[in-house]
Amino acid sequence: MINFSFDGKAYTAQEGDTLAAALLRNGIGLVGRSFKYHRPRGIMTAGVEEPNALVTVGEGGRAEPNTRATDVFVYEGLVAKSQNRWPNLSFDVGAVLGLAAPALSAGFYYKTFFGSAKKWMFYEFFIRKAAGLGNAPTQADPDRFSHRAAFCDFLVVGAGPAGMQAALDAAESGKRVILVEQDNILGASLIRDPQELDAAWIEATAARIRAAGGRILTRTTASGYWEHDLVTLTQRLSEPGQVPANGVAQRLWHVRAGQVILATGSIERPMAFAHNDRPGVMLSQALCSYVRRFGLIPGKRVVIATNNDDAYKTAQALKEAGAQIVAILDARPAPAGANSGHRVYNDAVPLSTKGARHCLKSVSALVDGKVMDWDADLLAVSGGFTPVVHLHMQAGGTLDWNEDAQAFIPASSRQNVTTIGGAAEPQPIFKMVPVGKPKKSFIDFQNDVTLADVDLAWAEGYRSVEHLKRYTTLGMATDQGKLSNMAALGRLAEKQGVAIPEAGLTTFRPPYTPVTMGLLAGAGAKDAGAHVRRLALYDLHAAKNPIWQPLGYWFRPRAYPTGGETLAQAALREAKAVRNNVGMTDVSTLAKFEVSGPDAAAFLEIICATTVSKLAVGRGRYTFMLREDGIVFDDGTVWRLDENRYLLTSSTGGADRMATHISYVRQFLCPHLRVSAVNVQEHYAGLAVAGPKAKAVLATLVGEEPPRHMSTVPASIAGVPVIILAASYSGERAFEIYVDASQAEAVWAACETQVMTVGGALYGLEAMEFLRIEKGHLVVGGEVDGRMTPHDLALDKMLNKAGGFIGASGLARPALSEAGRRQLVGLEAIAGAIPEGAMLIPSEGASPQGHVSAAAFRIVEGGSVALGQLVDGFSRHGEILITSSPTRGQKARVRVVAPHFYDSAGERYRD
Amino acid sequence: MMRIPCPHCGPRAQSEFIYERTVDSVVPLDAPSQEAMTKLFTRNNPRGVDDEIWRHTYGCRAWMILTRHRVTNEISGCRAIGPEALL
Repeated sequence: MINFSFDGKAYTAQEGDTLAAALLRNGIGLVGRSFKYHRPRGIMTAGVEEPNALVTVGEGGRAEPNTRATDVFVYEGLVAKSQNRWPNLSFDVGAVLGLAAPALSAGFYYKTFFGSAKKWMFYEFFIRKAAGLGNAPTQADPDRFSHRAAFCDFLVVGAGPAGMQAALDAAESGKRVILVEQDNILGASLIRDPQELDAAWIEATAARIRAAGGRILTRTTASGYWEHDLVTLTQRLSEPGQVPANGVAQRLWHVRAGQVILATGSIERPMAFAHNDRPGVMLSQALCSYVRRFGLIPGKRVVIATNNDDAYKTAQALKEAGAQIVAILDARPAPAGANSGHRVYNDAVPLSTKGARHCLKSVSALVDGKVMDWDADLLAVSGGFTPVVHLHMQAGGTLDWNEDAQAFIPASSRQNVTTIGGAAEPQPIFKMVPVGKPKKSFIDFQNDVTLADVDLAWAEGYRSVEHLKRYTTLGMATDQGKLSNMAALGRLAEKQGVAIPEAGLTTFRPPYTPVTMGLLAGAGAKDAGAHVRRLALYDLHAAKNPIWQPLGYWFRPRAYPTGGETLAQAALREAKAVRNNVGMTDVSTLAKFEVSGPDAAAFLEIICATTVSKLAVGRGRYTFMLREDGIVFDDGTVWRLDENRYLLTSSTGGADRMATHISYVRQFLCPHLRVSAVNVQEHYAGLAVAGPKAKAVLATLVGEEPPRHMSTVPASIAGVPVIILAASYSGERAFEIYVDASQAEAVWAACETQVMTVGGALYGLEAMEFLRIEKGHLVVGGEVDGRMTPHDLALDKMLNKAGGFIGASGLARPALSEAGRRQLVGLEAIAGAIPEGAMLIPSEGASPQGHVSAAAFRIVEGGSVALGQLVDGFSRHGEILITSSPTRGQKARVRVVAPHFYDSAGERYRD
Repeated sequence: MMRIPCPHCGPRAQSEFIYERTVDSVVPLDAPSQEAMTKLFTRNNPRGVDDEIWRHTYGCRAWMILTRHRVTNEISGCRAIGPEALL
């Protein structure tokens, strides 16, 4: 005895029950409300194809909505709730929508788009409220989900008689075998229909497969078939909503198989007749499962409607269990079913049912042209069998039409996949024509699509099966048309006047059954979603408790507040220290490449759009790189360390992209060059010392005259070899010091001591941003935004006149130098602060002519300044514009100026 | 997810590789402007076999040319390129 609850009421289940079996065992017929019309719905199947009995299982972050009651096994304490009803399942206000059914016909949603927007707002409110499935949980999922990779010679999907035999044969011939079964026990159809293979055979076969080294995974669904025979398996280690034994709720397998064998069986089809969606109408094989596997009979007086022999097995099971079979309605002419020992009506097609909210009361059928009625509380239907071809089709397979079974069966595939068993050879059926009222004859139970909806879509001009699907929503949601697609296709083919195979099919896409998002994320969730790259000096920074700033995968200090400073206060103090005294910052993340060899300069002049070869040994310069289409994509500095050895730096954010670019150019475009281009980004840690006192600090540290601006020397600090580059991003006299990352701490400590001795400060990214904006230096990702040419950024005078660099031919396109392009400008506030990201407009209400890419202020004097892009900006200095950010409600009047607010002559670099 | 036969590492999952471009769309350094832009922007999209540049980014980091059928994903060849391959 297992205790569980449904809609707050306590019940008991038996060991091995699915939730559906447990509900039926407790006499619960009404389990859910339908998607559109809120019609009462019960349990129709015993498998993953269940369209009606969708419930939310579990509580809090573990709650799993839209779980099929047929696909969850009851555990102690299971909490299930019905969905899409208010205030409760029996009395559902939404059910009045059923009365409004004519207004909610196929495509009603699209029809509401016509007419005024106001009308749509009105509709939308009610549609959103009334339609839908369960609610997504609002709390975080407390469980873990794991991923695992596996390889095998044979992957067998489905542990019915065919799948088990195939797995056994492969395993015993020495192959690596994985057998998967979505149920929690093996046997599949043998469980409801033992034939000559009974439980003992199942057990013995499983034991032999394992003994031969095969792996058997139950409660595992092959949910996707991808390229090159990769199959994803979703394994439930705990039931939906259950607390997992070891914290792991589910596992996602990536299995690369030599050969895939699909023994996926078939899914029984319902029949289309009026009120065929009532609780108490069930598929015949499902009923057989409930009787044989779960030992329960969910009714007292049973009618069976069929067009095939299989339903007689259900009749036999019911008879053995002692149920009363009122009638078997066989669509086939006599003598079908004649020797079954049951009351069989031939040429009998169901017409309609009657009943109450929770149950079925009677069934009527057209028997040989005459209407007949039976009192019954359970109706089992069997409309034929649809082979489960999903994985075969995901693998890129084709289908053949089997006329006897009125079904598609797998044909060829471009991957190593074979289908065996019932999925390859479905049982023959008798083709029948629905006779019930089309408006109440449901074909897609989950989406409330009736035969009349298909007819309407046809009448409104929706001819293709793909359009029919979108217009009626047929085949969507959790069951993905497992029960409905064939019925709809039959109706469409009839309308088109063609055979079913000519009507076409919609695409089969993974996953086969719904997959939770947590499983797909696996361990890569939350903080583990992206990896973190740590600075070599991380511990030194962390000890100062800075405000961290994520920058790509890096975390860099944004500011080092002291004594309760805010970010803005700390950054301003740090920036002032650089302007007035000296500051020091970590620049380790900059991209760095060491390029060496006889052709190093030639190679760099392909990568960089400026000259490089003219550099004397010990000198460096600013440079930038273009994409093949002529747009600037990164910038940095290049230094000649030695005769044939250069150091190239570029932006942090573009580092990986630049590494790939350099490698591509080297390997593909210049394999003949004698050059080595090595990514040394993390080999070197780097720090910058900047400010009026920087030179004095450096002189003390290295014991000699530091290099002049844009020069480089090898030196030694604290006994450690370093490379000193005299370069400035801040606008002050400054030095970048690069050191082997493993020895960086000593160098940092020596520099910090000296900087502090003269009253300087550490500065972070925020102060660096203030400094570079005031100076008018570019940032990749800000001013260099993937749209600007060298001309637009006023870099064109630096272009290598000899050409030959990547992007030279793209840049030659006339449109890149035409008037009307956005150009880099400075902006100076007349009053107020310039909002970053604001648009630039000439007057209120005018169209934007550019935007603000970065905003800061004059560090010493104060006053808001910014960099921006403005149409024809170079010729508009002096104009007054408005910077407007409607989303933030901020606005300022600005004057267009040159993009340098500080030392535009570069006096401060000179000694 | 395809299985790509890296010439250096053997068959590996596609998730270890990054696609760069088709061999067809490589712009030679000395290409005249018009030809370069045609290569860059007017790409072929053949329904059939094509040569593609891939990189084993999360493996040996080498570049290679993969010959792949663009409909069936059948891979008929994968060869190393670059200076090392010239040796």
